[in-house]
Amino acid sequence: MTTNPYIYIFVAAIVSTVIRVLPVTVFRKPIKNRFIRSFLYYVPYVTLAVMTFPAIIHATQSKISGILALVVGSVAAWFNLSLFKVACICCGVVFIVELVLC
Amino acid sequence: MNFNIEKYTKKAFLSGAVDGFPIGLGYFAVSFSLGIFAKQVGCGAIAGIINSFLNHASAGEYAVYSMIGIGASYIEMAVMTLIVNARYLLMSTALSQRIHPDTPMIHRIGIGFHVTDELFAISLNRPGYINPIYCYGAFLVAVIGWCTGTATGIIAGGILPGRLVSALSVALYGMFLACIMPEARRHKLVGVLIIISFVLSYIANEAAIFAKVSSGTKTIILTVVIASLAAIIFPHPEVEDDD
Repeated sequence: MTTNPYIYIFVAAIVSTVIRVLPVTVFRKPIKNRFIRSFLYYVPYVTLAVMTFPAIIHATQSKISGILALVVGSVAAWFNLSLFKVACICCGVVFIVELVLC
Repeated sequence: MNFNIEKYTKKAFLSGAVDGFPIGLGYFAVSFSLGIFAKQVGCGAIAGIINSFLNHASAGEYAVYSMIGIGASYIEMAVMTLIVNARYLLMSTALSQRIHPDTPMIHRIGIGFHVTDELFAISLNRPGYINPIYCYGAFLVAVIGWCTGTATGIIAGGILPGRLVSALSVALYGMFLACIMPEARRHKLVGVLIIISFVLSYIANEAAIFAKVSSGTKTIILTVVIASLAAIIFPHPEVEDDD
């Protein structure tokens, strides 16, 4: 493969900067269209869910530790633990499970 | 309502820096895990730092590394970034309602560029008009955590034992869960959508018929289809200007 990582980074940077900057500089009124509002509202949850599973069970050395991290992490996040704590809990679960299993 | 126009002072900058500190710590941990992933697809520390500074979005950077990993086209990269960062359109729109009309264009751009889920939350939480200087203080501290975390992950990820890397590589997914689950608790429908997304994503990844479709394209298609259907069938009821 002769792909250049920097081109990917700059393509992503241009798109994400436009997304971030455009509304602040252009929109002075709230978006009224109900479909667009609803779509934009659902997008982050769906995307993050799709990217989390099944990727989480392939990221770890054993599938079972990934599944347990998903379950325990979901419960921790459900109870509004901070981003940092949930991330640490997931790591801890994987570490302990693999310490026992492997 | 009495909106005070906060001055562009050193104090505002420091106040932002203080509020940004815990966020920066959290970013360090998460971006360490991004760094491990970056290393796997062949990115060096410099590329990681540049990516972290310019994109500063976990899902967005994750998308960059997965696209590099699978050798996707640049078009796919652009569309994928648009999809995973689409929420910033909403956040930036929300911020636009709280910027003083006399704010110079350069500061509007600065406020837009600083947006991440957490920085958006703390900037919007302050009373009165958005003070760009506060945003820059918070951004500076947070992005330092982000860049050093990524670089450390890329450099040290390789010398850590496999078991530790395995454990640290789920930090990112833990962070994704922390972003989506609280909303699932508030709105059952979001919880249902998350489960539907898990199931469809699993099928799309494991079923042999979809083996030729790249994983980036799968994410884009699944997101657009599921979110569109949800928006048509269950339009989001209230105008959500989170307070």
